[in-house]
Amino acid sequence: MASARATKKFVKFAGLPLAIFSVVLVVPFVNGFYYTFTDWDGFKITKFVGLTNYADSFADPKFWTTLRFTALFVVVSLILVNVVAFGLALIVTSKLRSRNILRTFFFVPNLIGGVVLGVIWQFIFNSAIVTLANKYDWELFKQSWLQDTNKAFWALIIVTVWQSSGYMMIVYITGLVSIEGDVLEASQIDGASPLRTLFSIKIPLMAQAFTIALFLTLRGGFMAYDVNVALTGGGPFRTTELISLHIFQDAFSEGDFGTGQSKAVIMFIVVALAALVQVSVSKRYEVQR
Amino acid sequence: MNTRARWGKRVTFGVGATLAFAYVFPFFLVFVNSLKLKSDILANPLALPVQITWDNFQQAFIKMNFFRSLTNSLIITVFSVSLLIIVSSMLAYYLARTKTKPAKYVFLILVASMIVPFQALMIPFIARFAPFVSWNNRAALIFFYIGFGTALSTFLYHGFITNIPTEIDEAASIDGASDMVAFWKIIFPMMRPITATVAIINALWIWNDFLLPRLVLTEETQTLPLSTYLFYGMYSIEYGQAMAGLALAVIPIVIFYLILQKQFISGISQGAVK
Repeated sequence: MASARATKKFVKFAGLPLAIFSVVLVVPFVNGFYYTFTDWDGFKITKFVGLTNYADSFADPKFWTTLRFTALFVVVSLILVNVVAFGLALIVTSKLRSRNILRTFFFVPNLIGGVVLGVIWQFIFNSAIVTLANKYDWELFKQSWLQDTNKAFWALIIVTVWQSSGYMMIVYITGLVSIEGDVLEASQIDGASPLRTLFSIKIPLMAQAFTIALFLTLRGGFMAYDVNVALTGGGPFRTTELISLHIFQDAFSEGDFGTGQSKAVIMFIVVALAALVQVSVSKRYEVQR
Repeated sequence: MNTRARWGKRVTFGVGATLAFAYVFPFFLVFVNSLKLKSDILANPLALPVQITWDNFQQAFIKMNFFRSLTNSLIITVFSVSLLIIVSSMLAYYLARTKTKPAKYVFLILVASMIVPFQALMIPFIARFAPFVSWNNRAALIFFYIGFGTALSTFLYHGFITNIPTEIDEAASIDGASDMVAFWKIIFPMMRPITATVAIINALWIWNDFLLPRLVLTEETQTLPLSTYLFYGMYSIEYGQAMAGLALAVIPIVIFYLILQKQFISGISQGAVK
């Protein structure tokens, strides 16, 4: 009797969301793994092919270009987004009277989708800056940055930092304001300089905020798609394709479902491992309070 | 205040104001140029309009079918977020109050699933759901958002519910309230702060999402980011119109943000730190 009631409660409260979750997430996930070992073409499977799809993926030189480009993008954006975001958080938690207005401004890019942001910056890099550069003779900007692989990389970084730093700033603000006032007062009485207080007291006490912000930027870096497609579209000549766009092109432009999906599985494994390593390393620095 | 501290404050303000200017400058550029003639934009993109023209907005309005995409975005966001709130709050309540092994494992699976990037599922996902999508792509998209949003929303609610004492549930059941009544009449109203967080985080994500709508929606059901992207692709040569299109994409959400700013900031900080 009791178990019948428990079952009824389960169905009423948890049945629907768990069913949808399984259909939308779990089934395609398991399916996706399985498909990579077959000759699946998007419609049917005729035989098992072992690791052929994975071998094909790694034999594709464009995939290696993408992997290198993505790795560099993740590392550089991770560092810059967090440095800038932490700086912004310090500014808006200072005693400035204008701190709330500043916070509002810093957060605005975050409200708007990556595609719209990417397109705005495409106009800036392709038209606005080039027009001004020719008018005032700025050598560096006469050619659009998006026409050159290395400069396009930095264009992607600039837009990403601009977009994500406002969000991470909020995470750091939460960390900074959670530090108890008496700890800071004690350090002031002991004569610690502001810099010393920052590095020896504030940062260690808010390590949890770093764990979260680093995790979010790491994941965001690997999954970046919108800004990539709207800003560079992978060009020139597919040299600025981050892994998401690469998988999309493989599957939906070239119709290679098998290799596309095995690259997606590789992406999942890389993201999971990187996140695991990052979180376990960061956790070690967290101070128990 | 001593002079050193005062100078420190001035420097902080200088840096902060410069950065704030840089952060909003791209939007300023979009708005200024959306009111200019093409020849004026080409002459100097930084200059203020010599003569203001509303023609760009008129053209962009019609060509990107602004009201249709705005309506689509609103329908999809409102339905997805409301349904997500309903199902995930109930699921979280169930998981938080059921002290059994399976309930614990289900919760762990939900948390672990948040690491899976959408791209890892995208290809089998589209192949599998093609018939559903061609039957009704807006309904399909809402269904997908519930599936993808359940984990984070349930996680946020779960953290909140564990802080609500179980005595409240017990009192309700002694008074003869059924599970459903107790949840909706007593527990759910207590969760208003976390419901605001869940609503804002999901609304921002769904409103701005691009990849999934791109794979699922057709021309009639395009959302705002999608129609902006396609419009810009076709009319990027018509700088003024392209800028007006971008301005139209930016305005609704910025208005929303300025009205609900406090809720946005506290929602984001609670959602991120949990």
